[in-house]
Amino acid sequence: MIKGSFIENLGRVYAMYTGGFLVFIILMAILEQFGVGANTIGICFVAFTVVIYAVIGWLSRTMQVEAYYVAGREVPAVYNGMATAADWMSGASFVALAGGIYFGGYGYLGFIVGWTGGYVLVNSLMAPYLRKFGCYTVPDFIGTRYGGNLARFCAIVVLVVASFTYVTAQINASGTIAARALHIPFEAGVWVGLLGILLCSMLGGMRAVTWTQVAQYIVLIIAYLAPVIWMSNKQGFGIIPHFSYGDAVLRIQELEPLVSLGTAATEGAPFGGVRILTTPHNDPQGGMDSWKFVTLALCMMTGTASLPHILMRYFTTPSVRAARKSVAFSLFFIFLLYFTAPALATLTKLQLLDPTLPTAIIGQSFEAVKSLAWVQNWESVQMLWLSDSNGDGILQLNEFFMRPDIVVLATPEIAGLPYVVSGLVAAGGLAAAMSTADGLLLAIANALSHDLYYKIIDPKADTRHRLIVARVLLIVIGALAAIIASLQLTGILGAVAWAFCFAASGLFFPLVLGVWWKRANTQGAIAGMVFGFVAGSAYLYYVFPGGMGGTPWFGIDHLRFAIIGMPVSLVAMVVVSLMTPAPDAETQAMVDEVRVPSGKTILGAAH
Amino acid sequence: MPEVSQDAKQRHWAKTRNLTVLVLVIWFIFSFVVPWFAKDLNELSFLGFPLGYYFIVQGSLIVFVLLIFFQNWRQDAIDDEAGLGGGEE
Repeated sequence: MIKGSFIENLGRVYAMYTGGFLVFIILMAILEQFGVGANTIGICFVAFTVVIYAVIGWLSRTMQVEAYYVAGREVPAVYNGMATAADWMSGASFVALAGGIYFGGYGYLGFIVGWTGGYVLVNSLMAPYLRKFGCYTVPDFIGTRYGGNLARFCAIVVLVVASFTYVTAQINASGTIAARALHIPFEAGVWVGLLGILLCSMLGGMRAVTWTQVAQYIVLIIAYLAPVIWMSNKQGFGIIPHFSYGDAVLRIQELEPLVSLGTAATEGAPFGGVRILTTPHNDPQGGMDSWKFVTLALCMMTGTASLPHILMRYFTTPSVRAARKSVAFSLFFIFLLYFTAPALATLTKLQLLDPTLPTAIIGQSFEAVKSLAWVQNWESVQMLWLSDSNGDGILQLNEFFMRPDIVVLATPEIAGLPYVVSGLVAAGGLAAAMSTADGLLLAIANALSHDLYYKIIDPKADTRHRLIVARVLLIVIGALAAIIASLQLTGILGAVAWAFCFAASGLFFPLVLGVWWKRANTQGAIAGMVFGFVAGSAYLYYVFPGGMGGTPWFGIDHLRFAIIGMPVSLVAMVVVSLMTPAPDAETQAMVDEVRVPSGKTILGAAH
Repeated sequence: MPEVSQDAKQRHWAKTRNLTVLVLVIWFIFSFVVPWFAKDLNELSFLGFPLGYYFIVQGSLIVFVLLIFFQNWRQDAIDDEAGLGGGEE
């Protein structure tokens, strides 16, 4: 079906795919009208989309090194932008972001600025140069630029720690969604999620992941935008809510004192994970608030520019210019979701708070709220809890507990949209979690198979051997991640922020200075990676409540420990580089060559 | 690919560097300076939003997207001018 001319036919193939998906949604809506149950519709959405991804994965199978590691370097910029956006937007972005804004207010918005602004760093400091280099993996760049197996090995360690921290959170998210949609226990859901992820990536490596990620982006963006726009129209917030929800922000600020925002709950919920709303929607205090905001944004930005699963997406474009162009499209596609999330959080909050709206629950009769269908649905799965603790028969703000994750998932029900929309949202969340997990697992397995096995352990291994090793590693690492995910050790958000901080502490300066400072040498890079990574990890251990539980210095808590790791990395790298001999003429010429956008890559094809 | 002199390559790199510095300065302003003053900016209003809030939920994001497209447009011009634009291998 797909041969040779596939790249030229991309537009048609994905237009047909999108059309097919829309037809599927309409079909489900019709079935719902005929009385097909909500559970069946949920199962259909999840099963249909996962089967499609698996088919794409199977069609893209390959036994060529170049296709397996970098998708044959023939992915057009716009499609690579979509694939990167899916790779980037994880279960956390899709499910937890709007909930985080709902509960976290101004402070949480640091993630929004950080996770978009980071692409400016990717574009100006990293992507074009790494593409020119022609590497297969990020440690490949470190290993060749600085020379020596030790530097390569340090990069592998940082990559594995950062990506592994991240991937368990994604498998956890895909397991949660699969479990809910298919009505199986969470532990089984995790393995179903992993199976889907491996089907997409195992046979075709980067090529298969690329084309499934494009498909997953289309599903996830439709699933995110459609409910928000639908809800906005239904509730009279405007056709496109994004530019008109300013009034809603002001109205929430008006309502907050009226509903006694900030009053602590008088009793706790009988199960974990749920919380009441205590933080104002838009009330930056300046000073410490501003400091916490910018440090969080900075960590997320430098983390973005150092996370290998993102950087390696730019190795798949045909040219340096296409790599830059695809960074621009990546950010544009990501932006579509990120500027929707605050609108979603604001409108959902307003609907629950504003007594003049029919959807309001705060300040309404306790019994009436308790018998709402969506409240009962989510209460039965322990995502929501309410209790009339002062016994006045009215639901107060501090009597309404909710898990942040359900803001996105429950919004269609709160607004009274048909169930088909909830099924769509579940499919979108699963697409987001699966696509990110795919990219991360591949980043880890490729670094281990290409850099550790082929470059360090057995440089004489033939192609077949290398690709078999890569696939075995993919399965082993996926299984390890699934085992850890099924233990449910960390919350989704915490693990994601850690991954960014690990990557920024260990890899940011060695990568940037590799291009921008010719004098940087092997010893310096090793020192930068080791000291930065160790300092960041040590501080994390010091400050994390589960570790030593120390008092954060200047409000630098466990979400932003790269603020400690990065300066240590920079200083160590510069000092050690200057104390040791400058790199040889050959390396300096190589750096000059990296800065020239045209011409052959530094590393030959199929190196 | 036609031979490009060392001199031309150095001028190309100097221009690339200047453009990158300009981009990073704009990035810095919208990433850190504007959010730092969110409290004060909230006194003003834009499209019905408090201004500080507007920037961190939309304004800065739009600037980032446009900034990358702007940088690529300028960088392509710099590359072509130096005869280094033929990026297709």
